Amino acid sequence: MSQTDHVADTATQTDSDEPLIALENAEVHFEKEQGMLDFFEDPEIVKAVDGISLDIEENDVLALVGESGCGKSTLGKATIGLQRPTAGTVRYRGQDIWAAKDGRGDVEIPFDEIRSSLQIIHQDPGSSLNPNQRILEILSRPISLTHPNAGRAERRERIYSLLERVGMNPAPDFADRYPHQLSGGEQQRVALSRALLMNPDLILADEAISALDVSLRVEMMDLMLDLQDDFDTSFVFISHDLSNARYFAEHGNGRIGVMYLGEIVELGPAEQLIAEPAHPYTNVLRWATPDLSLDAAGASEPPMRKIDIPDPVNPPSGCRFHTRCPEAREACRESQPALTGEPAAHRTACFRSQPDHEYWDSAPLED
Amino acid sequence: MATRRQGDPTAANDPVIEMHNARVTYDDGETFVLDDVSMAIERSEVVGVVGESGSGKSMFASAMLDAIPDPGRLSGDIRYHKADGTTIDVLELDQEELRQFRWEEVAMVFQGAMSSFNPTMKVEGHFRETLKAHDTHVTEGMEFARELLTDLYLDPERVLDSYPHELSGGMQQRALIALSLVLEPNVLVMDEPTAALDLLMQRSILMLLQELQEKYDLTMVFITHDLPLVAALADRMAVMYAFSLIEVAPRDQLVGNSGHPYTRALLNSTPNLDAPLEEMRAIEGQSPAPVNVPSGCSYAPRCPLATDECRADDPGFYDSGSEHSTACHHWEQARETIDLNFEAGDGDSTGSDTETES
Repeated sequence: MSQTDHVADTATQTDSDEPLIALENAEVHFEKEQGMLDFFEDPEIVKAVDGISLDIEENDVLALVGESGCGKSTLGKATIGLQRPTAGTVRYRGQDIWAAKDGRGDVEIPFDEIRSSLQIIHQDPGSSLNPNQRILEILSRPISLTHPNAGRAERRERIYSLLERVGMNPAPDFADRYPHQLSGGEQQRVALSRALLMNPDLILADEAISALDVSLRVEMMDLMLDLQDDFDTSFVFISHDLSNARYFAEHGNGRIGVMYLGEIVELGPAEQLIAEPAHPYTNVLRWATPDLSLDAAGASEPPMRKIDIPDPVNPPSGCRFHTRCPEAREACRESQPALTGEPAAHRTACFRSQPDHEYWDSAPLED
Repeated sequence: MATRRQGDPTAANDPVIEMHNARVTYDDGETFVLDDVSMAIERSEVVGVVGESGSGKSMFASAMLDAIPDPGRLSGDIRYHKADGTTIDVLELDQEELRQFRWEEVAMVFQGAMSSFNPTMKVEGHFRETLKAHDTHVTEGMEFARELLTDLYLDPERVLDSYPHELSGGMQQRALIALSLVLEPNVLVMDEPTAALDLLMQRSILMLLQELQEKYDLTMVFITHDLPLVAALADRMAVMYAFSLIEVAPRDQLVGNSGHPYTRALLNSTPNLDAPLEEMRAIEGQSPAPVNVPSGCSYAPRCPLATDECRADDPGFYDSGSEHSTACHHWEQARETIDLNFEAGDGDSTGSDTETES
């Protein structure tokens, strides 16, 4: 591992008790695009992320799961400083990321340094790699940013050893190719290598394995977890597939966060959340996860009342899941459950986890 | 080869589609993307066809409708048996007959509904145009369209009055399924119909397809790379590897008692919620490209059980159980030595010999 050691040698900040990333009441609200005719009307607001607080530690793994449009990608981007929150703060080792960007207050860690410590791999590696550059050029760029004094030969040597590390042998052959000459899995390995060459503290893997064949996903997740050990990075892993989230988070001793319409509705250690889901929505995601045991293999009725997710422009009152929740009662329409439980433990935003809540005395909702 | 063909995937009581020796070539026969595939689809059954990217599974679907993209060439024999007992030789149809056949007898749904819809036309326009093009009574047809949309848990008035981009991905795909059924075809062929959607919507659509299948007595062919997904819907499953079928069996047999080492590896490589983590593992090596498929068994280079026999002699189908055909010389050994990493369920007596924990 001598090559990887000297690649990782600049990750030296070991500042104390501050979490790597701390989100506090982060909100990202988008104005929906308007046509000319709507010009004088109030813009419609989509609350992609609505008041989320979350800490990510060194060498941490957090898997975010939820349906399309639940805000998990936006939350991920806010976490790595790619998306400015419309309210609340995002801190990197105690430094407010957007204060650093704007030069507000005492900036202890410059924005450029923060940005390069927080990297992303996208779902579609084909469109995130420059089609006109060979792999060698694509991977030279991050080295020249992190090690401006590295010579040509040194860069090349590093790239070859990393390509070998991610399983692309023979490395000189792959380094000489263009992205379109690689398979989807190989392109994703290049994207991962490029992120790692920045010596990041955190990598956001945004549906990074969703476009791969089911049979290739375990291999890619294993690779990411192996490299996490070598490079000392944290991962935020976004997926709509609970079984992938489980595989990644359980292997990395991490947590799973379940998102619904801009909020986290359940957050806990991967193993516990899968074994004992506390939120009815987590249960729905469990139902949606294919199961090979034949007793459960039939397409049974889903544990929810409606198939389609509500419009995020006008999210339902009270608990946002009440319009689909099979357990919903009047109380759920009226007030919103908070994410409760001891910090760091298994938390859930559902009245059903509170034995003495008025929920238990209110009438079930009928459609 | 003929002597070994006891396990025959073309055996059927009441086949609706029979495919014999279907072969698709490009580059003047240099490149095979479908290699001598034979299979019969039983009337009113749901068949799941599973294969990785580049295994030829989409070619299998397109071959059934003689819809191979140019300049591919399809040869072989494909017969369609209509409900009234007459038989159509699909490869002999002229353009106009083929057009009618494709919508009125066999309909096809592809992944990515957005590219199947005309973005400048409301959903209702698509239904009306389809009905008119096939000389069907439009008012009655639209009544049926509304019923289909309701079957798919959509609000018909809202959906018909929308442009495709105004609907979510899951709604578009369901509207497309309704459109494909509006001329009341007998067979619905779907190629990764849920691939671009999140898992919850995929599962919901599968549940709706099951309801549609029962209500309209449809025959369905569902093509996907996602074995566990289609296992929830299929009566019978077929696995493709390197442009050929390698195993065909009833669903419970294929999941719980498969005989092909590739199928077993595929089952074990799938992340799920219950299997112990350390037992999920990827399949070593890569599938072959269409230009250099190995001689002998195409899976031999990756197979832990491969012998000289496998490298020399391409296995035909062995009879490996009731209605169960496996193209592997060592199917008995595969069942004994390659453990499955999940509990296939106790309803399956033949599956017990696979669960010997090492």
